Amino acid sequence: MAYEIKLDIFEGPLDLLLFLIKKNEIDIYNIPIALITEQYLEYLDMMRSLNLDLAGEYLVLAATLIHIKSKMLLPVEEDDHDEEDPDPRAELVRQLLEYQLYKEAAMQLGTRPLLDRDVFTRGVMAEELSDQDDQAMAIELSVFDLVDAFYKIVSTMEKGELLEINTEKMSLAERMNEIMDKLAEKRNLTFMELLGEHANRRMLIYTFLAILELMRQRMIRIYQASSFGVIRVCLAVES
Amino acid sequence: MEENKAIIEALIFASEYPLSTDKIADILSDVKKDDIDRMIRELMREYEERSGGLYLQEVAGGVQFRTRESLGAWIHKMRGGRGMMLTPAAMETLAVVAYRQPVVKSEIDKIRGVDVSGSLRGLLEKKFVRIMGRKDVPGKPIIYGTTKKFLEVFNLKDLSELPTLRELKDLQE
Repeated sequence: MAYEIKLDIFEGPLDLLLFLIKKNEIDIYNIPIALITEQYLEYLDMMRSLNLDLAGEYLVLAATLIHIKSKMLLPVEEDDHDEEDPDPRAELVRQLLEYQLYKEAAMQLGTRPLLDRDVFTRGVMAEELSDQDDQAMAIELSVFDLVDAFYKIVSTMEKGELLEINTEKMSLAERMNEIMDKLAEKRNLTFMELLGEHANRRMLIYTFLAILELMRQRMIRIYQASSFGVIRVCLAVES
Repeated sequence: MEENKAIIEALIFASEYPLSTDKIADILSDVKKDDIDRMIRELMREYEERSGGLYLQEVAGGVQFRTRESLGAWIHKMRGGRGMMLTPAAMETLAVVAYRQPVVKSEIDKIRGVDVSGSLRGLLEKKFVRIMGRKDVPGKPIIYGTTKKFLEVFNLKDLSELPTLRELKDLQE
């Protein structure tokens, strides 16, 4: 029997499964697992024959479907009757329903009047352009330059607070957010400005770690206009 | 009074981000917040009655001038391109973060049934999602949540304005 197959791009195995359930007008609480498994596997074959990259997750769900199918073929043993075996499909159904919920929520979000798609604010392009000019001349820095700058600040700090017991709690995430907020406001700050305003050593270390972590996650960029010049930190502009 | 209203209008116009009552109160220090709120509402009504190309939108904890939704095509024509676009995958990931925050990546992976690394990174870069901290469980996974920019772009006053997820509670039992 020939299936008419429309080549939708699916967002994942659950999406494909939902599509098959809808296409066959199946009750999601009572999925004929043999039929769905068969169609699901056919779909995978077809995607493979078209040389579409098949993510591993599709195969995991295929295995799950086959596992459920085999479980349902087994006769229920009389002894177990009291305990009432849960339907082997239950977990999958729960997952499907949950996924469907968020898929709907995503579509609903997409129907709102979105900024820069449906509604617009005043353009702020001029500023962005001049920013880009600046960056064209900048040299990208390595982590070592940062470490260097950090040492410079630490070495100029006063010593003699050796016995201080600091009960103040600080979190790296907090510091990262503070830096992001600051950058959102000022657009770019020097490394010294970010680090130097806090006298205590603990704050320094947290700030430094926060900057490294933000760099690693590509949330910020670090520039230096010339060798040994001032190090500037700015938000990574979206591509 | 009329002059204060004009000042407020000018501030909102010149602000790059949605302007909050608090911020306006900082600038207009001798005007009461209640009065500022009242004047903002008056301005909103005036723009509504005028039904021109602009309206005043309450969004992300402030107010902002925006072009009317029906005029979007003209702005696109001027700017070229189709403006902000998110892939369906990114929208799904964003929806999960928005409704489940604070949320770790493994939870999003599980709900969507795919690895969400790519779409999550895109959302971080677009600043719709931010890192809120790390969860105190083995591996210290990163906790994600939505940003103010998310509210601004998706036209929400605050997170409580998100439409409710139907039946979500039943599912979680």
